[in-house]
Amino acid sequence: MDTYALLLAATLNAGTVLAIAGLGLLVNERSGVVNLGAEGMMLVAAIAGFATAVHTGNDWLAFGAGALAGGLMAAAFGVLVIWFNTNQYATGLALSLFGSGFSAFVGIGYVQEHLAARPHFSVPVLGDIPFIGPALFRQHPMVYLTIAFVAALTWFLYRSRAGLVLRAVGESPESAHALGYPVRRIRLLAVVCGGALCGVAGAYLSVVYTPLWVEDMVSGKGWIALALTTFATWRPARLLLGAYLFGGVTMMQFHLQGEGVAIPSQLLTMLPYVATIVVLVLISRNPAWIRANMPASLGKPFFPGS
Amino acid sequence: MLRLEARPSPSKAMSLLSPLIALVVTVLAGIALFALLGKDPSRGLAMFFVEPFRSAYSISEICVKATPLMLIGLGLAVCYRANVWNIGAEGQFVLGAIAGTWVALHASPASSHWIVVPILLAGVVGGMAWAAIVAFLRDKASASEILVSLMLVYVAYQLLNYLVYGAWKDPEGYNFPQTITFADPTKIPKLLAGLRVNVGFPIALVAVGVFWLFLFRVFGGFQMQVGGLAAAAARYAGFSSRRALWVALLSSGGMAGLAGALEVAGPVGQLTPYVPAGYGFAAIIVAFVGRLNPVGVLFSSLLMSLFYIGGELAQSRLGLPKSITNVFQGVLLFSLLASDTLIHYRVRWHAAHSAHPSKNA
Repeated sequence: MDTYALLLAATLNAGTVLAIAGLGLLVNERSGVVNLGAEGMMLVAAIAGFATAVHTGNDWLAFGAGALAGGLMAAAFGVLVIWFNTNQYATGLALSLFGSGFSAFVGIGYVQEHLAARPHFSVPVLGDIPFIGPALFRQHPMVYLTIAFVAALTWFLYRSRAGLVLRAVGESPESAHALGYPVRRIRLLAVVCGGALCGVAGAYLSVVYTPLWVEDMVSGKGWIALALTTFATWRPARLLLGAYLFGGVTMMQFHLQGEGVAIPSQLLTMLPYVATIVVLVLISRNPAWIRANMPASLGKPFFPGS
Repeated sequence: MLRLEARPSPSKAMSLLSPLIALVVTVLAGIALFALLGKDPSRGLAMFFVEPFRSAYSISEICVKATPLMLIGLGLAVCYRANVWNIGAEGQFVLGAIAGTWVALHASPASSHWIVVPILLAGVVGGMAWAAIVAFLRDKASASEILVSLMLVYVAYQLLNYLVYGAWKDPEGYNFPQTITFADPTKIPKLLAGLRVNVGFPIALVAVGVFWLFLFRVFGGFQMQVGGLAAAAARYAGFSSRRALWVALLSSGGMAGLAGALEVAGPVGQLTPYVPAGYGFAAIIVAFVGRLNPVGVLFSSLLMSLFYIGGELAQSRLGLPKSITNVFQGVLLFSLLASDTLIHYRVRWHAAHSAHPSKNA
């Protein structure tokens, strides 16, 4: 019973990393820009956050450092694709390749460092309920903040004027431009927000989830987060659900390894990646449905006056 | 303020100049980085651009590392020209190495040297098969080839681990995760005694010629590129986009697989978890820096190989982390993409307040 409670708790924790990054990319893509640099931004943010946590001992400063690192990288990407009209895929890839090298380069001094396990926050009363308490209500505050953020983002996208403008820019940049909205600046803002959130996810990964720094430790989570935006058809609540689902797959794999199930550990490690492919295939099989939900200008450059 | 103005037609000169501008920017970034780390920049640069040419051994090493980069880069150039975003060449490389190993493990010291041919063919087939999964899922379920090909890299890594930790582990290997050292006849023939450069390098050079012919002299190659440039025009002309997808993925997968087999039966000589050294990702940069042109890929693979040798020298002689190579490679691609803007646009200086105040979008 307790094992399952812990498994559920770990699922929420693992899902939170994916959810934060995925929500960032969702904002990013709602503006019509695809950033394949998620993996690189998360890596650089992971080492930035980890180093900050080592030196200051403060998690929130570490998340801030991660957000700053991710935001700066995203800004470089954004300026290139939005003002210089570089290819979005190639530029995002460059960001991922650079981030992987750069984080390994600056992180080399931190490989041996350890952080103490982070204290978890127990929700009063609810945290003491048997099973449900340890499973759901004794998490890092970030887990709850992420859920609150989903609600806030849903409100922002569908109920606020600014969210409407963001969606308009993603659906039809020409119309938004004609209405007088600064399309390129809005896109840059969305890209930087996306990068900052990927940064928080990277820092959460290295500071709370693992907590240690290893070269290439993000190991595809940035790419899985990118897949999640498609899976969620660009909706925040569905994205959170998808993130927990993938968190569950990851945890199931560790659980089975721990139980000594007679499946080689390498095959179990494949699970989240194979699951991503399976999910992508299932969701993409209906192109009309994807088209109906996808921001219409996704991946297409916008150059006013051309 | 600065403004970009579309050129009436793409500038040919800028297209050739842009990689050089990118290289200059990367070198400047390198100087800044060395200075920041308290190393003498001239000594740092010498590790990358002078020292690698100082001995026959290191020149041979440039060719050894350029071989997989060139082979994979050629395949990716075809892919990207067809607008097929295969970014999982690393996984196709691993599958090529696995398939090549499978044949090599069947060899004995008494086998003929011609066993090398089936090893390389197996590599090609292995890489093609891995890429075929991507093509199939894209074709039948329109799943994003970007994400599927990348996910398959991680699956390939684990498949490799599964084999070297399990069924293929050398029983006398002190429990190291590696296969036996391959029998002598399986070794890719070397070009010169004492140096590691092998026939893989001339094979890659021939491949440059073949890919150039395919892209610029064969109708099928032309059709693929039209599909990449203007999908609607290709449809109107009756060029099959499905065919382009399959040809692009199979050829790039096959090339990556060939590189994997050459690597495992060549410089490495056994299958270990360290056979995939990131060439599949670095080759993405090779393809772009080489202007998606086979001849360009030839030069850019040599340049990128120089970065690897330089990184190793910087590690052993200056005590810098080897990952400095990847930092420079990333900066190179970044600055290349930025300066590529100048191919299609001119930078113009405009007064901040013109008579007709346009909205600043």
